Amino acid sequence: MTLGQAFIEALESLSGNKLRSGLTVLGIVIGVAAVIAMLAVGNGAQASITGSISGIGTNLLFVFRGARGANSTEIRNPKPLTLSDANAIADPFAAPSVQAVAPALQSNLEVVYGKERTTTDVTGATPIFFTVRNLTLAEGDSLTEEQVLSRASVAVLGPDTADKLFGHHDGIVGETIRIAGQPFRVIGVLVAKGGGAFGSQDDQIVIPLSTAQTRLIRRSTPNQIDIIFAQAISADAVISASDQITQILQQRHRTPIGENDFTVFSQQDFLSTASTITGVLTIFLGGIAGISLLVGGIGIMNIMLVSVTERTREIGLRKALGARRRDILIQFLTESSMLSLIGGIIGILFGWLISFAVGQIAAARGTAFTPIVGLNAIALATIFSAAVGLFFGIYPANRAAGLEPVEALRYE
Amino acid sequence: MDLEAAVGPEVNAMSTANVIEAHDIRKVYKMGEVEVEALRGVSFTIKRGEIVAIMGPSGSGKSTLMNTLGCLDRPSGGEYILDGEAVASLNDDQLADIRNRKVGFVFQSFNLLSRQTAITNVELPLRYGSMTEGRRQRAIDALKAVGLEDRMTHRPYELSGGQQQRVAIARAIVNNPAIIMADEPTGNLDSKVGKEIMNLLLNLNKEKGTTLIIVTHDPTIAEQTQRIIRLRDGLLDGTA
Repeated sequence: MTLGQAFIEALESLSGNKLRSGLTVLGIVIGVAAVIAMLAVGNGAQASITGSISGIGTNLLFVFRGARGANSTEIRNPKPLTLSDANAIADPFAAPSVQAVAPALQSNLEVVYGKERTTTDVTGATPIFFTVRNLTLAEGDSLTEEQVLSRASVAVLGPDTADKLFGHHDGIVGETIRIAGQPFRVIGVLVAKGGGAFGSQDDQIVIPLSTAQTRLIRRSTPNQIDIIFAQAISADAVISASDQITQILQQRHRTPIGENDFTVFSQQDFLSTASTITGVLTIFLGGIAGISLLVGGIGIMNIMLVSVTERTREIGLRKALGARRRDILIQFLTESSMLSLIGGIIGILFGWLISFAVGQIAAARGTAFTPIVGLNAIALATIFSAAVGLFFGIYPANRAAGLEPVEALRYE
Repeated sequence: MDLEAAVGPEVNAMSTANVIEAHDIRKVYKMGEVEVEALRGVSFTIKRGEIVAIMGPSGSGKSTLMNTLGCLDRPSGGEYILDGEAVASLNDDQLADIRNRKVGFVFQSFNLLSRQTAITNVELPLRYGSMTEGRRQRAIDALKAVGLEDRMTHRPYELSGGQQQRVAIARAIVNNPAIIMADEPTGNLDSKVGKEIMNLLLNLNKEKGTTLIIVTHDPTIAEQTQRIIRLRDGLLDGTA
């Protein structure tokens, strides 16, 4: 018996009991669709997160107080970062790889306009902050040095913040809002960057650093700042910039080697951390989906066992007519593989649809998130579903092939 | 040759005339702890083209003998030569091959594949054989031989009992077997149709010279054969 014949016979046999075959296929469809959709969501999340981290700027470095990161020990009483630290880093002779430095104070504060109120990230910054963070103005003006020097009560709003307070984000320059109870005049609105998975740069308020220091975000140490944004001269110079900043701060803070009380974090570090997290997420989602595929496989085995029992006489007859062990084995393996293969193909289409729907829902909710159905996911699901059909078909097929013709013919 | 060593040269000389040579065939079943001897040394020969009935009360070893002669089962002891081939020592696949080439089965309950057409049912033994071309024509010829040329694409449930048994007979002869094993071929049919089926089998024997072995407990069927092999308690009860 050739494979082509086995194929046709399997198709005839499966179509003989359409409801049962359909339900069995459904188990595989759900499993494969889940695998495809989950992997697509995982890959999409990864792409979205790495995309938004890349949007931060490839040559950006962050300096925080205290030791952070995977392999750092806890440091007691870390010295705070100060404006002098920022100025030292800005020295082109000490840190030639650093192009620009923007010290900042950050706090989450309540903002009120009329009856609307919201809570958002308020950053006290210098004019160079906008360059370093790659922020551009949609309307109005950015901060000026004079405003910083004069501790002016002015604010630049992110478009989302503006929407929350005013219901729109144009024509609001000149309005007065209250941040933590104090009045600030709106002088500009930022261009929307699109919501990313990694914090939104569209929902923030930027005010002069000096104003924040004296009136809103008070810190215990004079001239203390929360974070220093540093821009390397190029993406390739990020590592050397990081080394130079580390050296400067080690000297200034007099920290023993290996016990830095600050952390220099580059965008690459964010990327690797994020991709580790999303990688785990993808494996986790895929694993759960894989379980449903496994359950589908057990469904195939179940149905094939029932089928073997029901068709015992048929198997006996085929053996009496000269079918060898191999012929019966191939017949039943073909049926089980066909079930899983059909399920696999429908499942891939279905999973694709689900991923597409997830992407549409995300887009409708304003999140830039596109699930990615990769070729590798399709290949994986196809191979896996075929393997499931073969694996869970082997036991029933073996059982059928091992039947004694005399016993099988006598079976009622 | 195995054959000569086992049964002696004088038997070998006869092997062209004898399609079946059974020597001291024994079959022991294990029923849990107890061993049951279904056949206790049965010896006989059947000539090519002969029509033989196997009779015996239930429990006499009739079915066991039929299974052994049809190569569905191996004897526990003794020698069985079917159409010149010693069968007792063959493995499962070799037995399947022998069944495919040398034995045509006709069952009491027809045993047709219910979802397949008559012609596909008849083709089935050819599918398991080595033949790759001309299967369809062979199947058509076999169906013509049983007078069903106008029912070839019907499925079993669209056919009467007699027609179903005719399809089964066509399936049995399609490979030109050395013997046809018919197990109560008229058992599920009324007497008129049963007579037609018997006549068909007898005619096939007359035209093609195929050896016909009919297992039955119906004396009127047995009367139409040339010889009756009677079994009692796993032994031959004399050959009439």
